[in-house]
Amino acid sequence: MAKSIDISDLDIYYGDFKAVEGVNMTIRARAVTAFIGPSGCGKSTFLRALNRMHEVIPGARVEGKVMVSGQSLYEPGVDPVAVRRQIGMVFQRPNPFPTMSIYDNVLAGNRLNSKKIKKAEADAIVEKSLRSANLWTEVKDRLNKPGMGLSGGQQQRLCIARAIAVEPQVLLMDEPCSALDPISTSAIEDLIHELKADYTIVIVTHNMQQAARVSDDTGFFNLKAAGQPGHLVEFNPTNKMFTNPDEESTEAYISGRFG
Amino acid sequence: MSVSAPSVKPPRRVGDRLFAGAAQGAALIIMLALAGVFVFLFIEGLPGLHADERIYQPATNFASYVGPLVYGTVLAAVVALVIAVPFAIGVALFISHYAPPRIAAPIAYVIDLLAAVPSVVYGLWGGLALGQATKPVINWLYDNLDFIPFFAGPPSVTGRTMLTAGIVLAIMVVPITTAISREVFAQTPRLHEEAAMALGATRWETIRLAVFPYAKSGLVSAVMLGLGRALGETMAVAMVLSATPIVTLNLISDTNPATIASNIASNYKEASPDRQAVLIATGLVLFAVTFAVNFLARLVVARSERGVTR
Repeated sequence: MAKSIDISDLDIYYGDFKAVEGVNMTIRARAVTAFIGPSGCGKSTFLRALNRMHEVIPGARVEGKVMVSGQSLYEPGVDPVAVRRQIGMVFQRPNPFPTMSIYDNVLAGNRLNSKKIKKAEADAIVEKSLRSANLWTEVKDRLNKPGMGLSGGQQQRLCIARAIAVEPQVLLMDEPCSALDPISTSAIEDLIHELKADYTIVIVTHNMQQAARVSDDTGFFNLKAAGQPGHLVEFNPTNKMFTNPDEESTEAYISGRFG
Repeated sequence: MSVSAPSVKPPRRVGDRLFAGAAQGAALIIMLALAGVFVFLFIEGLPGLHADERIYQPATNFASYVGPLVYGTVLAAVVALVIAVPFAIGVALFISHYAPPRIAAPIAYVIDLLAAVPSVVYGLWGGLALGQATKPVINWLYDNLDFIPFFAGPPSVTGRTMLTAGIVLAIMVVPITTAISREVFAQTPRLHEEAAMALGATRWETIRLAVFPYAKSGLVSAVMLGLGRALGETMAVAMVLSATPIVTLNLISDTNPATIASNIASNYKEASPDRQAVLIATGLVLFAVTFAVNFLARLVVARSERGVTR
């Protein structure tokens, strides 16, 4: 189910503006890959380009290749909707559907992907997904209550449950803990550790310690100068990144001496 | 530093006070105006509720006089909404979610322009052009669908039918309903739409999953304002329909009930004081109908939302 992603010479544009330039990397399957870098360096844009979510902004386009286990995401015949069904996403702020119960939130993706699900099957999906998201014991008695009634951290885990309910090949996380308190953050980080047994996980974070704690590989993005496109400075195993990086600017950023 | 005595209020800035006063005043004036209208209708219309039998010709008492009018009002409004609401929501969705900005802006502008056309113009157009244009359609409806009570016929020869009136009203309802729906749709939090899209929802599924649930209560407002316009519209209906005080589901014949508002407009000038009181009393009934419909719609929305917010 989990798949690796090969990116070669990827440029991302918004209209005429080049946001990200010349990215090459291989994201390993069943591993956690973290992207770090200053605000505006294009790491979120790059993450969104991996499931074509950046296309919600009119004028967005890419040059270069993104291959998920040998299949290009940007071939002319590829439907972005189909891409997103394979590559799930969790956002910065928890976004359960406000009018839906916990149960319906988890099933939202499945109900799109297939017309009719039997009750027993639906129950099984909900329980499995919520268990995988470490949320089952907290909500199993109130599955029909609205998802918005949960705490922020629980909502975020609900969103993760919703994303994995459709069994995607890859899970993208765009600063999933930035709106959460430290305890909820640690719950999500534990969850990421468990999920990598089954999924390829890519996470964008502003929190260097988080990148060091959860990821196997780390990519550091930076801007050459204001107004210039962001680019990938260094991509290495997380251990090496945080102890002995190849690039001086990586070390400067990680140790807080930015520039 | 000691806490000062409770009698000393924290200072309030003059600008703040002025603005708060102005806003409160505006809100108060609206309430007073509404109350004033009600009091006027009540006092002036009261004698009309039980006047002499002759006044109500061809009916014999107030209930039988106002009944067909209420029915005509509601029927015309319902026909208008059935046509206008799906249309308005479609246009609003197109503007907010489908059309590229270059096309969306001019379309929104043209729709807004429709709202500025005086209703007399719609009335003229409806009575003359649209009525003629619907004749083949109502003939077809009569030939093929006359088992449905709406199309029981006999088909009108002038085209001045309830259907025509409904279409004219619909065209008048569309701009306001579209404008509000569009605003509500455009305000859907990006977060919710992205949640749907990241699950692999198509554009329509995104709208169903994220936009409609969020927009529900705003849509009711949009429809209610449209309904208000349809219920109260005077000239366009008066100019399209030649009224007969009957109650019928038939939308395509020459005999149609008038609406309360159009009935007032066509009769008020020549009416005797007694007759005028009756007309004002019908206005009071229209006031009550509008109020009741609004209240019911709010109730429905409140009930359906209570289930999800808690």
